[in-house]
Amino acid sequence: MDKRLERILPKVQKPARYTGGEYNQIIKDKADINIRVAFCFPDTYEIGMSNLGMGILYSTMNELPYVWCERVFAPWGDMYNEMKAANIPLYALESGDPVSEHDVIAFSIGYEMAYSTVLDMIDMAGLPIHSAERTELLPLVIAGGTAALNPEPMADFIDIFLLGEGEEMNNELLALLNEAKLGGWSKTEFLKKAAQIGGVLVPSFYKPVLNDDGTINRFDIADCAPERVTKRIIADLDKVHFPLNPIVPSTEVVHDRVNLELFRGCVRGCRFCQAGHVYRPIRSKSPELLIEQGKALLQNTGAQDITLLSLSSSDYRQLSELCDGLLEYCEPRSIGLSLPSLRADNFSIEIMHRLQKTRKSGLTFAPEAGSQRLRDAINKNVTEDDLLNTCRLAFEGGWNTIKLYFMLGLPTETDEDVLGIAELANQVLHTWRLYAKNKNRGVRITISTSCFVPKPHSPFQWEKQNTMDEYMRKVNLLRDNIKAKNVVYNWHDPQTSYIEATLSRGDRRMGAVIENVWRAGGRLEAWSDYFSFERWMKAFKDAGVAPEFYAYRERSLDENMPWNIVDVGVRKAHLWHEREQAYKSELSPDCRKQCSACGAAKLLKGGKCDG
Amino acid sequence: MDKLRLLFSKTGRAVYISHLDLMRTMTRAFLRAGMRLKYSEGFNPHPNISIALPLSVGCESNCEIMDFKLIEDRAPDEILRLLSDQLPEGIEVIDVYEAQRKVKELKWLRVGGRFEYDDRDIAAMTKSLNEFFSRESIVIQKKTKRGVGESDITCAIKELSFEEFGDVVYMRGLISAQEPTLNPELISDALHQLAPEIAPDFAKFKRLEVFDESMEVFR
Repeated sequence: MDKRLERILPKVQKPARYTGGEYNQIIKDKADINIRVAFCFPDTYEIGMSNLGMGILYSTMNELPYVWCERVFAPWGDMYNEMKAANIPLYALESGDPVSEHDVIAFSIGYEMAYSTVLDMIDMAGLPIHSAERTELLPLVIAGGTAALNPEPMADFIDIFLLGEGEEMNNELLALLNEAKLGGWSKTEFLKKAAQIGGVLVPSFYKPVLNDDGTINRFDIADCAPERVTKRIIADLDKVHFPLNPIVPSTEVVHDRVNLELFRGCVRGCRFCQAGHVYRPIRSKSPELLIEQGKALLQNTGAQDITLLSLSSSDYRQLSELCDGLLEYCEPRSIGLSLPSLRADNFSIEIMHRLQKTRKSGLTFAPEAGSQRLRDAINKNVTEDDLLNTCRLAFEGGWNTIKLYFMLGLPTETDEDVLGIAELANQVLHTWRLYAKNKNRGVRITISTSCFVPKPHSPFQWEKQNTMDEYMRKVNLLRDNIKAKNVVYNWHDPQTSYIEATLSRGDRRMGAVIENVWRAGGRLEAWSDYFSFERWMKAFKDAGVAPEFYAYRERSLDENMPWNIVDVGVRKAHLWHEREQAYKSELSPDCRKQCSACGAAKLLKGGKCDG
Repeated sequence: MDKLRLLFSKTGRAVYISHLDLMRTMTRAFLRAGMRLKYSEGFNPHPNISIALPLSVGCESNCEIMDFKLIEDRAPDEILRLLSDQLPEGIEVIDVYEAQRKVKELKWLRVGGRFEYDDRDIAAMTKSLNEFFSRESIVIQKKTKRGVGESDITCAIKELSFEEFGDVVYMRGLISAQEPTLNPELISDALHQLAPEIAPDFAKFKRLEVFDESMEVFR
């Protein structure tokens, strides 16, 4: 171990997250390797090691015999300061080698608030943050993840974006890079060839040209690059490589359990939801394979909990069969099986009873809006009856803690809708009074609201966000109308949501803002410990960029959006239609009832969407 | 089944795994090895394992002791073999056997230390260190749960000597493991408090062996 590192580790909190050496980490002999990848997660070890996508791609990239992919996470503030003081560059956990010695620096960007951390990690590696200043082929800085589906805000810093699911695409790119490194290609030569790989977007090949009003007139696109880059998907999830020997952290992480992914995509089409649209089409894994993989993962990790992951687990067709198969293994071994992201409508309390025999902790639902009219407008197919029936069954079954999540500032929202949240909470409380099995234990109903952030590639991508003042007015209105002492109301501050709104629909000018924030010390900004609204406001001012333009402006149908160079499969006409339905407060059927021909199925090239 | 004892070492990168994380790591290693630990009764059952003398983060050891019980009978050799493949880098099983003696009979700890000085004369430091620790009493300030207390560490030190070794000073000591417990880090703390001019810029320690009251190796 590096002597400098040895001296600082005893001084920082939770040093085990900075050392590597965990069970199942992948160590290779450098002599056999031609391409070294530093897979960077722009957040802490605890968050990154809980991320299923990172675990999958780490393993997939390491399947290539000439590639060694290692992990890198962002150090917490104390470690960051110690590393700076001791002049230790960012290093990879497996080898301890500096990131700058790697050929590829790959980022998984799941969330806009991680942007400044990406810049910081490039800088901690000792590289110039701007793509244009890195003139050599290596190291190459690439990025994927949901936040890359609008590549424009980070376009100045990233050499290559990888859009969509990475299992095949990453390895195709690494194979090309292997050839390029052996053949001594120039960076430009490589980028031109890379742009031919499906899902690969080279931002320097797309030059936005602006109108006088600041909107985008057109992109000037290099001849070698496609007009739009279509995101990649894995057509058959049963056949794709999936790691059965994930790394077992030696220290506690956020989700310390086995994650089993049931399906990708979502049949629901909630109109505010980016994930529900960008992960389409719907592709499921077979229950037989899931049971087999679940058992193997539990066996190979020694984890005592397993979670079934997907955007809406209760929409998995063979959920009952799957749970039975897993419980048969889990119950005799006292392994907990949990199911997050349940919907209150088709939620089977019987399944919950089976899953949570001993620990009846809390139940969480996300009705998102307080009135039926607004729930219809956002296409959240949950009725008040569904929710109250579910609560009744839960209370009868012995649960006594319910959390309800809502958004304020959704399109078409009125004060009546806001007050509907308080009313719904009262109804839940009333249901408890009528049906609770053991009232002596009391009840706790928690209401949380956050400020709606319009996201690219969703039906609400054209919407303006509520102003922060308007959000706070609604918060106060709601707070004044929640009277029962068993109901607790928490609200998220609107400042983070505002910044998120500017970034998520940002264009290339946002790069200067992100850079200013980073230069002023911004990093790990998804953490309230490190977020500074004032720093962002100053960064906008110094860059001459108006945040309202991005957050508070309604777009027209024909506006050329920064993310128009990305095709996620779902057609624009479908998104617009859904938006119009919202203004009529009309529901659209979910994909299982009736296919809406959203367009994503074309990515399957003739295969069948499981919607 | 009787209480089993695991003798293991913790070196290299594994020294940064905290005591609580080590308990969890061990529990998982047993599960992966297909061995079922006996759990406590009660509302929130947890595996009945205990690690004697929790080791400070950053400190190496060749003589860690963990007691546990299994649900099924297994031969100690088999346990050793099964467990060895399941541990993270830096944790190695040395032996598995039936626990005969009580952990409270463990009394003395042989420790080694490595003192690093960035720009001082190693020979002079070695001499001063040996002089310092031959004092009759060394009273240091110690943070406790109730605030800061004073304690004389000499009563917990049976032997302590320093030797020049290249560009570092090696420490060798025999210190009290229990009643009173002396964390070897307090040896360098004492210097920082009472003789900062000879305090090392960095010190790390290693447990070498454990003994009982009569200086028999404890197992």
